[in-house]
Amino acid sequence: MEKQILAILSKDARTSPEKIAVMLDKTEQEVIEAIDKLEQRGVIRGYRTIIDWEKAGREQVNALIDVRVSPSRGVGFDDVARRIYKFGEVKSVYLVSGEYDLRVVVEGKTMHEVAFFVAEKLATLEGVLSTRTSFLLKTYKEDGVVYGEKEVDDRLPVS
Amino acid sequence: MKSISSIVMSTPPSGIRKFFDIVASVKDVISLGVGEPDYDTPWRVSEACIYSLERGETHYTSNYGTIELREAVAEYLQQREGLIYNPKNQILITVGVSEGLDLALRAILNPGDEVIVPEPSYVSYKPCISFAGGVPVPVPSYMDAEFAVDPNAIAEAVSDKTKAILLSYPTNPTGAVASRETLQQIVNIACKHDLYLISDEIYDRLTYEGKHTCVPTLDGAYERTILLNGFSKAYAMTGWRVGYACGHPEIIEAMMKVHQYTMMCASTMAQVAAREAIKHCWDESEEMIEDYSRRRRIIVKGLNEAGLKCLNPKGAFYVFPSISDTGLSSEEFSERLLFEEKVAAVPGNAFGDSGEGHIRCCYATSIDKLEEAVERIARFVRKI
Repeated sequence: MEKQILAILSKDARTSPEKIAVMLDKTEQEVIEAIDKLEQRGVIRGYRTIIDWEKAGREQVNALIDVRVSPSRGVGFDDVARRIYKFGEVKSVYLVSGEYDLRVVVEGKTMHEVAFFVAEKLATLEGVLSTRTSFLLKTYKEDGVVYGEKEVDDRLPVS
Repeated sequence: MKSISSIVMSTPPSGIRKFFDIVASVKDVISLGVGEPDYDTPWRVSEACIYSLERGETHYTSNYGTIELREAVAEYLQQREGLIYNPKNQILITVGVSEGLDLALRAILNPGDEVIVPEPSYVSYKPCISFAGGVPVPVPSYMDAEFAVDPNAIAEAVSDKTKAILLSYPTNPTGAVASRETLQQIVNIACKHDLYLISDEIYDRLTYEGKHTCVPTLDGAYERTILLNGFSKAYAMTGWRVGYACGHPEIIEAMMKVHQYTMMCASTMAQVAAREAIKHCWDESEEMIEDYSRRRRIIVKGLNEAGLKCLNPKGAFYVFPSISDTGLSSEEFSERLLFEEKVAAVPGNAFGDSGEGHIRCCYATSIDKLEEAVERIARFVRKI
């Protein structure tokens, strides 16, 4: 049941326990308890809304920053990663394979603000060897949701 | 001008088609009348096809279909059902199950041969039997028995002229499945009277409770069964028109002969796409199926609460609620529902006389639309 609940919520976090109960042929109480457990165990980390900020009229700049790091003994990359993700400007941090070690997503109001953050805060951190910043120009698809396209049902109405 | 073929003249137009014309005249309809997935074909399937076009794979294939696709089908059936078919001479790639059905009937029927068809069933069966020179013998099934056919009724319908029994579980329009025991009894009847079995299993993957029974896996069935299946429903590939037929080499060769002269081969690019689907898209398929199952429960609950008695079907993506308590006929109900509440559902009598008193609702539509449709149906039922 947990797997099914997660599948439903990952598509639409607003699906009510009552509706999920019907979909899975369970009682509403069973679903509520299962969701509680998933939250307690940290399987469900939170509920967010996918927003097209450009459409919402909010000026915002996002940048993907690749960071090359010298790992420290015992803690590897975790220590530097922690120093990076503590910043509120940082939306995501991933350890990645390849030429660079960390991929950091930073959000700011202006390009200048983001550039300043990288130069002043990120690049100067101990253990950070180099950075490469790519500004996000356009979002086509976010978390499985395609931006800009309206889905049309073009099937024959009766077949 | 002389008159056209009397067989064609005497065959009524599809009840689905008739209703389609009415629906097309109304705007902003929520349609539960569709007969296909609302998902798009998985992109990797479409992409495989595009790539094949770029490489210039645009020529005829073998009449049987590409050996690559036939091998993929053989592997799939062995893995899923433990069935062994030789891809060289026991599998024929067809233009959807529709063509496979036509070929099967034309390959085995002599004029006047009878084919037993449990009803309610898909609209093509009876006309295709007639076009092939045969005589359809419908055997009704009822809601009380969850629309699974009674083997005794089939046994009673057998005559000297019976040539085949045409099965289709899970069933369009009822969503019914038949138990392994029931199907074995039907196979036994076929063995006793030396009949062919044609099994249209296009909805096999859309089985929600219990395991699907593939007819040729039953005792005594393999030799006499023509298994028909395709890619439309499990992989959301209706428009590609690819299916396959499996059976005894002699039957497949006979079917291939008709196919060779009438169709040549299934579309080459669609065969490439189908191979990609059957080899690599099991997970996508499973996800879609789980989603259908959830929507199924939403519509079943909604329709029952609206006052229409509705079973919880175990397969396909249709529900077939009873509307007989409303005092309206299927056609009256569907037409008034369409004009008064703008919801399209196909009148049950389109699927045979035993479908009268029902409507077919397809739930391969977003949950929001399903909920809105159910609300409108409830309002309509209260009004009449």
